[in-house]
Amino acid sequence: MIAELARYLGALLVLAGALFSLIAAIGVLRLPDLYTRLHAASKAGAIGAGLILLAVAVVSFDGAVVLRALLGIVFLLLSTPVAAHLLARAAYRCGEAPTATTTVDDLK
Amino acid sequence: MSGAAALQLAGQAALGLLLIGMVLAVIRLIRGPNLGDRILALDMIGVLAVGFIGGVAVLTGFTLYIDIAIALALVSFLATVALARYLMSRAARRSRESER
Repeated sequence: MIAELARYLGALLVLAGALFSLIAAIGVLRLPDLYTRLHAASKAGAIGAGLILLAVAVVSFDGAVVLRALLGIVFLLLSTPVAAHLLARAAYRCGEAPTATTTVDDLK
Repeated sequence: MSGAAALQLAGQAALGLLLIGMVLAVIRLIRGPNLGDRILALDMIGVLAVGFIGGVAVLTGFTLYIDIAIALALVSFLATVALARYLMSRAARRSRESER
């Protein structure tokens, strides 16, 4: 009974994670400048991959696998914002122009 | 529908969605327009690949794949950091050359 419920939950989590990842990819393709694209990729992308890893943890019923999946999620949630911040900083130093509708630039 | 069947169906659908996402990221990789956008697209492809490996782990029940996903996330993060550092050093070199 519990195993069956866990499989339904895992199916839901896998689908949700894939949808988040797809939305992130659409944002990377469609948004107007590098900074907004980074915003889509770093948030939705990390959540998408994290949800799929969580689904693996839910359906596995194995303590070691659950621990490793949680470790992977924590690592994703730590590393993705760091990478995005570093990339945005490097691009700003390079003089990458934000889109014309940007109104506030605190670094100017 | 039984739980296992629902899991199989959701796993297949998830792999399809991730494949579409990867194609969109590759289009951004090709179109650019700058180096920063290309680095971002590479990072996105890495995160999508982590999700893809997770989906395969759910589908096959072969949970050893999760180690591969963690290793890939690590390598993809390091690659993004290295490329961002390269972008920054290139900007510094350019500003030094323009001062001369």
